Amino acid sequence: MPHDGHHHDHDEGSELSPLALRVKALESLLVEKGYVDPEALDVLIDTYETKIGPRNGARVVAKAWADPEFAGWLKRDATAAIASLGYTGRQGEHMVALFNTPETHNMVVCTLCSCYPWPVLGLPPVWYKAMPYRSRAVIEPRQVLSEFGVSVPETREVRVWDSTAEVRYLVIPERPAGTEGWSEEQLAELVTRDSMIGTGLAKQP
Amino acid sequence: MNGPHDMGGFQGFGPVMPEADEPVWHHDWEPRAFALVLAMGMTGSWNIDQARHARERLAPVSYWSSSYYEMRHYALVLQLIELGLITAMEEETGRQAVLPKPVKRVATAEMIPAILSSGSPYGRPSNTAAAFGVGEKVRTLNINPAGHTRLPRYARGHVGEIVTIHGCHAFPDSNAKGEGEDPQWLYTVRFTAKELWGKDAPDSVCLDLWEPYLEVFT
Amino acid sequence: MNGAHDCGGMMGFGPVAREENEPVFHAPWEARMFALMSAVGDVGGWTLDEDRSACESMRPGDYINTSYYEHWLHGAETLLQKHGLATLDEIRSGRAATPARPVTPTSAAAVWPAVTAHGSYQRKASVPARFRPGDMIRTRNIHPETHTRLPRYLRGQVGEVIASHGAHVFPDSNARGGGENPQWLYTIRFKASDIWGRESRDLIHADLWEPYLEAR
Repeated sequence: MPHDGHHHDHDEGSELSPLALRVKALESLLVEKGYVDPEALDVLIDTYETKIGPRNGARVVAKAWADPEFAGWLKRDATAAIASLGYTGRQGEHMVALFNTPETHNMVVCTLCSCYPWPVLGLPPVWYKAMPYRSRAVIEPRQVLSEFGVSVPETREVRVWDSTAEVRYLVIPERPAGTEGWSEEQLAELVTRDSMIGTGLAKQP
Repeated sequence: MNGPHDMGGFQGFGPVMPEADEPVWHHDWEPRAFALVLAMGMTGSWNIDQARHARERLAPVSYWSSSYYEMRHYALVLQLIELGLITAMEEETGRQAVLPKPVKRVATAEMIPAILSSGSPYGRPSNTAAAFGVGEKVRTLNINPAGHTRLPRYARGHVGEIVTIHGCHAFPDSNAKGEGEDPQWLYTVRFTAKELWGKDAPDSVCLDLWEPYLEVFT
Repeated sequence: MNGAHDCGGMMGFGPVAREENEPVFHAPWEARMFALMSAVGDVGGWTLDEDRSACESMRPGDYINTSYYEHWLHGAETLLQKHGLATLDEIRSGRAATPARPVTPTSAAAVWPAVTAHGSYQRKASVPARFRPGDMIRTRNIHPETHTRLPRYLRGQVGEVIASHGAHVFPDSNARGGGENPQWLYTIRFKASDIWGRESRDLIHADLWEPYLEAR
């Protein structure tokens, strides 16, 4: 069934969609065969539903804004710098931080599948995994950015990063003006998920 | 493989559809499907490149008209059946008909946090020197393998510049075939939009590419 | 347009499915669709290139999931609306709700002469040909969002001119309603080993217009 991003199955109650039934059948089969532990499934879901998400990345960005030493570490070895805040693991094994500058705006895509830095951003949004973004980000990044309300001047290079290996990219947006002396907690509030993918900018104070 | 997954540069897929306050899941079955994919991956029955290649081998129609988790579910079923972990009939009924095959590991709920937070790094020791240095110009090979590759079609036969050397990483083209990790030097290579698309734009695309994809550009 | 129609070199579509004693049409609606498109094309005022472009404008998932005459149906519905011959509501309901455009439909008697008439896409050349048989060329690396007949797999490749066909209607212009803008048309020979990067003695030929080519 084509997925339009806004359609919801009527999963509740007894009327399960054909796909819901197939997933349910597969789960009971794999549990019966002893390949998966049903409680492990619950833990996996809870982890990505409630524990890991873009607030992690926002903390990384805020710290990079507030602490030049941390920013330097992030540039040299993002994997270690990010791990020092406790964000490690699957789909974040090799991290690179991309600092936006007045010369360069960075933007991340995975044209071949949907690679995304899970430990700092959680699971990717539907649009990141869908064909329009995967096909267009590399060939017409400015058009895609304008649809997100981001306009990059022609004097600035849009640098698109296609995640073809196991290296995962986190965009560090530019720190908004007028935030001098703010705490990391305050700064983190300005960091949106999209600004760390590169399809958005940090919020203005 | 020049499959339906190789999306870079396709036109006609319409606008990107961002969703305000997007929920983690859009259907009740999605978290279960997602967890099954992860939990089965933890049995060690395949590596990440084999899992990716399974998705790429889905019928293009199915790949292009399925939602993300739907596609992941179909690819999981394909792998389970190909490896004999389940039969097609069992998938149909949801009931076991033949005895399970032994798997390397079954992750319990207690094991999950440690597995997730340690991840599985792909960096490997190198036994050769890197062929290219930062700032060097390289040309990507024009290859069209029937098997898995991470060199997208739009970036083949083009000239770019090495911007980062990441060390040696497991080589997907070999790993996906079950022929071992065959670690190779991994580089980030920057291509101008002019080079890739013939467009006058100040923009560029950076890709992570393994040494066997590259040749010296003179 | 790098659309779903441009499938040269794509893998994963499976074997070519051949059919014994294949009928001309596989369903009565296919025959009607074929006839409708041919008949309305005579009065619609669109070009063959515009027609192709309309068929290519389907959503890619739908394009590869539908049959050939469904592409025609999509093309017809698109063009009828674009050229003001019918509204979407009329197409969906099958009932005329607005006055018809004054056109003269092709009569039954005119069909045979029309389908057997000697048409031509060749036009008088306004400039001399830039290339001659034997010349080596490189195709341009272009990615227009609109209709083109230079497939992705033949872009940025070296080939040899083996025939010159005179000036022909240029699809990239004609499909957009930009006029015929005739351009020199050549048959170009490519080595399969160049195109696909593997050892092969095979050759691939494509008919390409001069604006797609540059001297090597």
